[in-house]
Amino acid sequence: MTISQTRNIKLPLMNLVRMKGSSILQQLHLEEQLLRTSAENWCIINDGTNDPTIVMGISGKASELLEVNCVLRDHIPVIRRFSGGGTVIVDCGTVFVTFICNKDAVTGLQPYPQPIMAWSGILYDKVFQGAGNFRLRENDYVFGDRKFGGNAQSITKNRWVHHTSFLWDYEARNMTYLKVPARAPKYRLDRDHSEFICRMKDYMPRSAFIDGTIKAAGSHFSLRSIHLEEIESLASTKFTPSSRLLTRQELEVAAY
Amino acid sequence: MASWLWASRAASYLRISVFHRGFATVVRDLRYADSHEWVKVEGNSATIGITDHAQDHLGDVVFVELPEVGAPTTQGSSFGAVESVKATSDVNSPVSGKVIEVNEELNSSPGLVNASPYENGWIIKVEMSDAGELNSLMDADQYSKFCEEEDSNH
Repeated sequence: MTISQTRNIKLPLMNLVRMKGSSILQQLHLEEQLLRTSAENWCIINDGTNDPTIVMGISGKASELLEVNCVLRDHIPVIRRFSGGGTVIVDCGTVFVTFICNKDAVTGLQPYPQPIMAWSGILYDKVFQGAGNFRLRENDYVFGDRKFGGNAQSITKNRWVHHTSFLWDYEARNMTYLKVPARAPKYRLDRDHSEFICRMKDYMPRSAFIDGTIKAAGSHFSLRSIHLEEIESLASTKFTPSSRLLTRQELEVAAY
Repeated sequence: MASWLWASRAASYLRISVFHRGFATVVRDLRYADSHEWVKVEGNSATIGITDHAQDHLGDVVFVELPEVGAPTTQGSSFGAVESVKATSDVNSPVSGKVIEVNEELNSSPGLVNASPYENGWIIKVEMSDAGELNSLMDADQYSKFCEEEDSNH
């Protein structure tokens, strides 16, 4: 199926993969593999992940970022992902949107963190169209001064990934597994999670967000839907992803 | 789209100043890769880091992923990464060979990559397997021009 835009300008091709409830570890493995072994542009949307999971950035230290004893007690999986950035806890209320692009895919865009971040903000501007006083603020997506979308990136010589976890909804209880990080944006102002984040569902229907994101992406790219099964043959490509689950032993060491 | 237009849209969007310095420091006697790494050759040993242009565009480095001593390097391929803002960015080797030393200081002081990209912020040392590869790298003047063209094209 081809999703086309009625434009005279020839837009670069982008493959659109939609998933629902897929494991976040599986999603991260797929993203890293596409970043490193594909020459095409991709948009991946995973509508929720079934099991609550903590995901840290590449340099994340569990002892500094997590209430590790609680994490161990409740058997919450902890992943260290291949991209930079902070720590999130994700579940069925999280919507994931990822862009994987060649460095020349967006005309005039330099493949560095801030230009890519700014470009993403402009794209999502089209999705929210001012609703909730949306904006990109110090690398987070916010309504006003409350964060609902966390971003991370990975940039290689010729390609980049920009991925986002959107808090459609969340369990307040789950946020207690996360400490307030030492490296926090200035606008956070020492607020704890309950005062710092907000739920997208209070601003927009879930399907409207996903449809709006696809439409906004379609203004930059010529989208082509690909089913996950069609790219499963990639599994035969020799590639070892770096995102991984921390072992119980690693978490027990972090607890001390 | 002109770089000034993206920069101004970004600046407006982020409500900060994102304009980079008009020029980046380039050190003579080094060789440069088009992925913005530099190499200093002493005998068969090559010291490698990222350029002032690269550190300026990446932002504050908060973590450096270093390779193991003994790991092979291939010209143009990634050997490690730096983390800045929310991004990991590959660092690529300008030469092929074997890692003989890594800058352990970067584990506790990753900001050295920003503060002293050509000296204290060096990342690895490599025993080169093919010194002829240096001929495909840019000298200081060529790299300066490369950076100007790259910035003006975006």
